[in-house]
Amino acid sequence: MLDKIGIAKRIAKEVRDGYYVNLGIGIPTLVANYVDQNISVEFQSENGVLGMGAFPFEGEEDADIINAGKQTITTLPGASFFDSVTSFSMIRGQHVDLTILGAMEVSEGGDIANWKIPGKMVKGMGGAMDLVASAENIIVAMMHTNRTGASKLLKKCSLPLTGVGCVKKIVTNLAVIEVTNKGFKLLERAPGVSVQQIINATEGTLIVDEDIPEMII
Amino acid sequence: MILKTVSDVQQALKGVENGMTFMLGGFGLCGIPEKAIAELVTLGVKNITCISNNAGVDNFGLGLLLQKHQIKKMISSYVGENAEFERQMLSGELEVELTPQGTLAEKCRAAQSGFPAFYTPAGYGTEVAEGKEVREFNGKMYVLEKAYTSDFSFVKAWKGDEAGNLIFKGTARNFNPCMCGASKITVAEVEELVPVGELDPNEIHVPGIFIQRIFEGSKYEKRIEQLTVRTDHNP
Repeated sequence: MLDKIGIAKRIAKEVRDGYYVNLGIGIPTLVANYVDQNISVEFQSENGVLGMGAFPFEGEEDADIINAGKQTITTLPGASFFDSVTSFSMIRGQHVDLTILGAMEVSEGGDIANWKIPGKMVKGMGGAMDLVASAENIIVAMMHTNRTGASKLLKKCSLPLTGVGCVKKIVTNLAVIEVTNKGFKLLERAPGVSVQQIINATEGTLIVDEDIPEMII
Repeated sequence: MILKTVSDVQQALKGVENGMTFMLGGFGLCGIPEKAIAELVTLGVKNITCISNNAGVDNFGLGLLLQKHQIKKMISSYVGENAEFERQMLSGELEVELTPQGTLAEKCRAAQSGFPAFYTPAGYGTEVAEGKEVREFNGKMYVLEKAYTSDFSFVKAWKGDEAGNLIFKGTARNFNPCMCGASKITVAEVEELVPVGELDPNEIHVPGIFIQRIFEGSKYEKRIEQLTVRTDHNP
């Protein structure tokens, strides 16, 4: 079974040379730490920066340079700053190659819910609806089940949707799963996790071929 | 040269009244018009509608206006860092319209640019699209979103000149440029106000035509919401 860092490490392998990547808050943010050092990748943050670097050293932080999680950051050589309209032109116009974000629920049809629990939690969608409506390549990073043990990979989402039919791939603590037009397809098992465990933790339709390889991290 | 300079924040906010709609720049606490917000608190205007990506934190930014119950309606994309906001929203004291972030920016830009509405894919198939016209273009579904109408835009820039030309710094730019000229009156506050001719025309982010009033604010607090640093051991 993977922890959050394990999920981030596995997703980092999906990042290819020449990609512009938007990372959501939470596990997705960690992905930047594990991308192959030998490839060229630029990270976009929707508040208006392309070419994000590491966090600043103490005392070098600048209140005017933050990421979408409102964390202080630095920029790399070649970085650029821009306004929100330009930022979402990059996103809506499909100039960003890969979007990685968290989710509360994903349906077997690729619907995603991650912004609201009616009556309990309403933080807002931020840029997530724009991202999922436009991105061609969306990977969801999340735990396979919620805190009560219920599956987050469902036939149909129960929470208000963020987008419909948009998720392509899901990396959880248990598995790597592709969203196909026939439902979830199991691609890889996490180390030490059996196919049966994944079947048990998945409420939606799960297509399981013979010989599901253990993922390499 | 048409000069836009006013002497202080009091002059800059002349004409602000109860019940008006305001656009306020900023992302989180980054690039917010601190001086205009403080003056709105002092003026005590009530029943206002605020269009701003976030709602500040409990004791800074738009949170200051929320504390005094001056805001009737908030239009934002993300309101997660403000307990008082959540309390007022869940109790029904505060009306809230949540809008996808890119749509929010574009609804400001549409107002700035003379577009009554536009189609966007964001929110299609979700409750954001409820009651709105949807239409298919090239096999994909889009939602019709309308431009905002607003009385004042309050923006914050790094440098400006007396003609109202603006230059922003870092990610403090965010929503500020698309709100310039998107309301009847745009008020720009800057950290450094210089005479005309001192800014390089090649480096202007927002031309002064979009600005009606500009003033220099002093002692910007620029509070950091999430201070994150690294050490050599934790790259």
